[in-house]
Amino acid sequence: MSTNMTIHLRYWRQTGPTARGYFENRTLSTVNEHMSFLEMLDVLNEELQLDGTEPLEFDYDCREGICGSCNLVINGQAHGPKKGTACCQLHMRNYSDGDHITIEPPRASAFPVIKDLVVDRSAFDRIIEAGGYVSVKTGSAQEANAIPIQKNDADLAFDYAACIGCGACVAACPNASASLFTSAKISHLSHLPQGNVERSNRVVAMVEQMQEEGFGDCSNFGECEAVCPKEISIAAIADTRRDYVRAVIQG
Amino acid sequence: MPTIIKALQSQVGRKLMTGITGIALMLFLVVHLAGNYAIFASAEAFNIYTKTLESLGILLYMAEAGLLFFVLYHSFLGISIWLGKRKARAAGYEVYKSRGGVSRQNLASRSMILSGLTILVFLVVHIWSFKFGETEMIMSADGEPMRDLRQLVIDSFTTWYIALGYVVVLSLITLHLFHGAWSAFTSLGVTNKNNSQAFKLGAYIFTIVLMLGFIFIPVYIFATGGMGSLIAY
Repeated sequence: MSTNMTIHLRYWRQTGPTARGYFENRTLSTVNEHMSFLEMLDVLNEELQLDGTEPLEFDYDCREGICGSCNLVINGQAHGPKKGTACCQLHMRNYSDGDHITIEPPRASAFPVIKDLVVDRSAFDRIIEAGGYVSVKTGSAQEANAIPIQKNDADLAFDYAACIGCGACVAACPNASASLFTSAKISHLSHLPQGNVERSNRVVAMVEQMQEEGFGDCSNFGECEAVCPKEISIAAIADTRRDYVRAVIQG
Repeated sequence: MPTIIKALQSQVGRKLMTGITGIALMLFLVVHLAGNYAIFASAEAFNIYTKTLESLGILLYMAEAGLLFFVLYHSFLGISIWLGKRKARAAGYEVYKSRGGVSRQNLASRSMILSGLTILVFLVVHIWSFKFGETEMIMSADGEPMRDLRQLVIDSFTTWYIALGYVVVLSLITLHLFHGAWSAFTSLGVTNKNNSQAFKLGAYIFTIVLMLGFIFIPVYIFATGGMGSLIAY
């Protein structure tokens, strides 16, 4: 049996991109420990609607930690307190009765607020558009082992490809840098033979786009790796730096 | 492909140059420390060492110009990164907390700008007081006139506030290197998932050994009133 918890919420409200935001407080008394964090917000929204007020907007889609839509900053931590867990997979059993929870949108100039907790992450799309793809002819789908790939490279590519683009790295970085996202997207392609062809152009174009979008510099804080729901290592960033130097030297 | 100038202005280039200039400055600190220990070698060793340095002429000027360039470039990048972060997050969080774990957010990494700026101010005072400090001219055993910098060092560090000031600033440099020494190698892309911990440990050991070496001198001179048995007369 599960018991009901009382949770004191404090969340960001902003009616539109140019509107002035503010914090709103509300206490929920029927939070179940088996609820996910987002289900708890569903309960909040039911209450708000019964009151005749606007529900709280927040981004979500799959609710199983694989789509990268949710990106709440909970008590100052992107995706909340649990290691390797997106906030949709964060369950209320991680909190106790009477807890105070502050929910904010990811704060970055490159991620402007659309409404409440929803931010515009199309800056990430533009970084991908700058070079996060393979455009050379790689032939039709073939037997998986037809192209030999070192186990080490395959593992790295897979680790980096796990990035779901949620933006927690940007949200948590003290500099609001997008280095981990950009590097993961660069490196997962560069480690594979199909992606290796456009390696140089890709790293230069994507690094340039990241800067243009107004993300900050990297200071090797490593906070991004700590909050990443996919636990992507900042080794990806070191990898990108090597790649970038190689690209510049080779011309 | 980008030109070298454009590459240096990219975020990767900026990080790379922060690392390269940082490593160059750390290497300088190693040489600086080795030179400092001449004060313990013999009565004349320190003054002969400084005189030899000054007699290098154009070579010394080139080395000094290089160091000045490294310091200014490193400071410029650091300040610009700090200013950039305020622009990249115009609206801040009401609540912000590090996740801990693999995060390297700590006192050292969060205070790089403060420790860095303090070091920058210290450098001006340091060079002003020792390089251009007033010294007596004395005769070496070979009858050569030389500046008695050794006495200036001893006089300075037997003054309590100078000794204390140096210990404080040297502690701040230690703090700066606690993040910087590892970070520099990560900026150069040398570290990876497997060796990052080893680099971190190595950076800590390097920093502690180096900085204890520096801190020992003012502490020893102050504690012994400049008359310690390690200092040869």
